[in-house]
Amino acid sequence: MQEVLLSLKNISKNFGEGDVLSGVSLDVHKGEFVTLLGSSGCGKTTTLRIISGLETPDSGEVILNGQDMTDLPPEKRPVNTVFQSYALFPHMNVEKNVAYGLKVRGMDKKAAADRVAQMLELVQMSEYAKRMPSQLSGGQRQRIAIARALAPQPQLLLLDEPLGALDLQLRRQMQIELKRLQKKLGITFVYITHDQEEAINMSDRIAVMRGGKFEQLGTPEEIYDRPKTRYVAQFIGRSTILTGRVVLADGSLAVVENENGSFTVDADYAKMTVGEMCDICVRTERMRVSRTPVEGFSLPATVREARYAGGSVMVYVNLADGTEVAAECGFRMADAPKAGDTVYMHWNPAQAAVIGGASYGA
Amino acid sequence: MARRKKKRKIFSPIYMTLVLIVLYLPILMVIIYSFNAGRSIGAWQGFSTNWYTRLFNNALMGDALKNSLILAGLSAGLAGVIGTLGAIGLAHGHIRGGNAIESLATLPMMIPELVLGMAYLAVFTAVGVKLGMTALVLTHTAFCVPYVFINVKSRLVGMDPAIEEAARDLGASPMRVLRDITIPLIMPAVISGMMLAVAMSLDDVVISFFVTSAETTTLPLKIYTGLRSGGTPEINALSTLMLALIFVLVGLSQLMRARSDKKLYSSK
Repeated sequence: MQEVLLSLKNISKNFGEGDVLSGVSLDVHKGEFVTLLGSSGCGKTTTLRIISGLETPDSGEVILNGQDMTDLPPEKRPVNTVFQSYALFPHMNVEKNVAYGLKVRGMDKKAAADRVAQMLELVQMSEYAKRMPSQLSGGQRQRIAIARALAPQPQLLLLDEPLGALDLQLRRQMQIELKRLQKKLGITFVYITHDQEEAINMSDRIAVMRGGKFEQLGTPEEIYDRPKTRYVAQFIGRSTILTGRVVLADGSLAVVENENGSFTVDADYAKMTVGEMCDICVRTERMRVSRTPVEGFSLPATVREARYAGGSVMVYVNLADGTEVAAECGFRMADAPKAGDTVYMHWNPAQAAVIGGASYGA
Repeated sequence: MARRKKKRKIFSPIYMTLVLIVLYLPILMVIIYSFNAGRSIGAWQGFSTNWYTRLFNNALMGDALKNSLILAGLSAGLAGVIGTLGAIGLAHGHIRGGNAIESLATLPMMIPELVLGMAYLAVFTAVGVKLGMTALVLTHTAFCVPYVFINVKSRLVGMDPAIEEAARDLGASPMRVLRDITIPLIMPAVISGMMLAVAMSLDDVVISFFVTSAETTTLPLKIYTGLRSGGTPEINALSTLMLALIFVLVGLSQLMRARSDKKLYSSK
C-alpha cells in the first residue's frame, strides 16, 4: 500500500448559510493525482482552501505527512496553490514572481536564481523571464503560475480550476502537459475542475462532490462504469437511467422489469433481492439499436430523431412509457432508422451498471 | 436615422462650447489680466509680467506661500497615512458595520465647510488648542483623509484577493504580504489621493479662516483679504500660479490612477 500524504478527517465548514462542507474525509497518497469534481457551489474550492490553510474548518483535521496542520497558517504549510485567476503579482516580472516563494523563505540569491531558471525551463518560459504579467497571454500566465507554485518544492500542489479560463484547444494541450509534469516531478496533485472530461483524462482518482459531500470516490473507470448514485451517473458522461423491479437475481445476473419490458444487467458486484426496486445505468455509447427484436432481451421503442454526430449517429427514441433514450450508433446516416420507425433497444449486460448508494430514489 | 444624427452633430458642439465658456471664461479672465500692464480688471493696457515680479518681491506673500506649502505637505502626508491604513483595515478586517464606518469616513466631503470650520473652532477653543499652524494642520488633515481613503479603498476593492492569498500561500507572513504586495500595489492610489489632498489644502479658505491666527496666514487667505481691501492684479497673478499648480497636481493624480489601473486590470 502506498504511503498516505494528506488526510482530511471529517471536515465540516459553515459560512453561516448552511453547511458548505459536511463531514468530508479523504486520503491522498504520495504521487497521486486526485481530482475534486463537481458543479459550482459543491464545496470543492472550500475543500482546497482548507488544505492550503486559507480557510479554517469548523471541525475535522487536516493531516499532512502525519502532522496535524489544521491550525497552521498558509505560510507555514508545505503546500502551494495554482489559483484560478493565476494571481500573478502584477508589479513583479516573471522571474520575480517565480522567485517570490524562495525569497520569503530566505533561500540564498544564487540558489534561488538557479531554481527559477530551472522552473522556467520546465514550463518552457525561459525567454519570458523579464516580461511583466500584463505582457503575457492567458496560457503563458498559467505556466508562470504553475512554475511559481512549484518553485518552493511543495509536498502537495493544489490546482483550482487552473485551465478554466483557457480556450478548448489550449486546455487540451495543457491537460497533457500538466499530467506529464506531474509524472515527471512525482508531486502529489489535488486538482479541482467542473469538467468531467478533464477529470477522467488526468486523474488517478476522482472524488465527485455534491452539496458539500463526496458522492463517490474512485478511479475514473470506477466512476464511469460503476456510478454509485444517480447524480454521478448523470454528471459523468451521458447515460440512460431505467428504474424497475428485480424479478430474478442469481448472484451474477439480474433481470429487472418495468412497463417497457424486462432487461438484464450484470450484478455480481451488487447485492440484489427479488422484489426490490433498482436503477440501471446504460451509457449512451453502449446502448444498441436494432431493427428487429434481439435474442435475450430488447425494449421496443419509437424513433424520434436520428442525427449525425461526427463519426457516429445519435438516435433518440421513446420507450413504451415515454422514457427518452439516446443511443450512439455506428450506422451511416443513410442506414439510420427514421422518425416513427419501431426499433428495439438492447445492451451487453456486462456494460450496464446497477446504481446503488446514498441518493437512490432521490 | 441619418437626420437625427445630423441634428445631434449641430447641437452637441454648441452645448459643449457654452458649457466650456461658462466654466472657464472667468478663469481665463483672471489669467489674462494677471499679465495686464495697468491696474484695472476690465481694460487691457498692454502685456507685462510686472505683477508677478511684485508678487515675488512681496515678503508677506512669501510667508503665506511657505505656510501654505508646509500646511499642505504635512496634512497631505498625515492624511496619506491615516487614509491608507483605514482603507486597508476596512477592506481586510471583517469589521462589523464596515459600511457605516466607510460612510462616516467620507462624510466630511459633504458637510458644508462653514459648519466644519465652526465646529473645529469650537472644539479647539474648548480643548485649548492654540489657533494657528497646529490647528490648521489638524483641520486640513481631517478634511483630506477622505480623498486618500476613497482612492485607496476603490483600488483595494478592484484588486483580486487571490493575489494576496497567493503571497501567503507561497510563505509570506501577513506583514510581509502588506510590505511586498499590498502597499506597492496601492501606492499609485495613495499618491494620487495625496495629490488631491494637497490641491484641496492649498485652496481652502473657509475652514482655514476659522482656525488660523493673526500671525499665520496662507495663500488663499491672503487672496481673500487682498480682494477685500480692493484687489490688485497681484492677486490675479497669485491666483494664476495656484491654478497652474493645482492643475498639475490633479492632472498627475488622474494620470497615475489611469496608468496603474491599466496595469492592474490587464493582468487579470
